[in-house]
Amino acid sequence: METTNHTPIEYSTEEGSNKILGFWVFLGAEIVLFSALFSVYLVLHSHTAGGPTSKDLFEVREFMIETFLLLISSFTCGLGTIELRRHNVKGLVAWLVITLLLGLGFVGMELNEFITYVTVEHATIQTSAFLSGFFVLVGTHGAHVSLGIVWMICVVIQLLRRGVTPVTARKAFIIGLYWHFLDVVWIFIFTAVYLTGLVL
Amino acid sequence: MSANNHELNKFPWKHVIGLALSLILTLLALWVVVSLSLPTVATLTIIVLLAICQAFIQLLMFMHINENHGRGYRILAIAFGFYIAAVVVYGSLWIMWFTV
Repeated sequence: METTNHTPIEYSTEEGSNKILGFWVFLGAEIVLFSALFSVYLVLHSHTAGGPTSKDLFEVREFMIETFLLLISSFTCGLGTIELRRHNVKGLVAWLVITLLLGLGFVGMELNEFITYVTVEHATIQTSAFLSGFFVLVGTHGAHVSLGIVWMICVVIQLLRRGVTPVTARKAFIIGLYWHFLDVVWIFIFTAVYLTGLVL
Repeated sequence: MSANNHELNKFPWKHVIGLALSLILTLLALWVVVSLSLPTVATLTIIVLLAICQAFIQLLMFMHINENHGRGYRILAIAFGFYIAAVVVYGSLWIMWFTV
C-alpha cells in the first residue's frame, strides 16, 4: 500500500519476488505438515498407558519462559526486516544476532525440558502414545528452530561479506518469514499442548 | 536511498504494538487456564480463539502478509494451508470423539 513509488529491495528483481512467493507456498505446506502432527498428538493425548500424563509433566514457569523467548525473538527479527529496508547492514545484523541468541535460549530450554522428562520423569518417546505424539510434534518444531538458527547464521555471514544486495536482501527477508512462522506454530503448541495439557 | 519513504523513518509502532498484543494475549490465555475455573469446553474455546488472534498478529504485523507484491497469491497459499489444517485437526478430533 505504501509502495506505489518504492519497491523494497528484496522484491526488486523478478527472481527475488518469485522466490519470496515460493517461500509463502512452502509455509502453506508446512502448516499442513504440522496440522497432521497436531491431530495425532490431540487424538492420542489421553493414551498415557500408565505413564506420566500432561498434568504430571508440564511446568508453567518453564513453558512460559520458552514462549516469551520465542515471542520476543520474533519481534527482534521483525525489527531486522525494517533495518533491511533501510539498507542498514549493521542494524540488520545486530537484530539478527539478538534473534539468534533468543533462539538459542529457546532451544537450550527445550533440550533441558526433554532431558528432564527422559531422565527424571522416565517419560521417553517409547513410554506411551501420548509421549510419542508429544516428542514428535514439539521435537519437529524444535528441529525447525535449530535449522533456522544454522540458516540465519549463514545469512548473517553473507550479509557481512556482501552487504545488502537484491540477493542477500531476499535471503534475509525469507529467513525472517521462516522465523515468524515458527513463532506461529509455537503459539499453537503453547495452546494445544501446554495450556490444554493443564486443562484436560 | 529510501529517504522519501516515510514508513521507514518512523518509530516501528506496528511491531511494538504487535509484541505487546502477543504478550498480553499469551498471559491472558494462561490466566484463563490457571485462574478462571470455567467449564473445560469454554476454556478450550477461549484459548484457541486467542491463539488464532495471535497468529493473525504475526502474519499482519511481523510478516507483512498484507503488502503489495503478489498479495493475492500469498494470502491464497496461507489461507489454503489453514483450511486444510482446520479440516485435518478438527475432522480427526470430531471422528475420534464421536458418540451417538
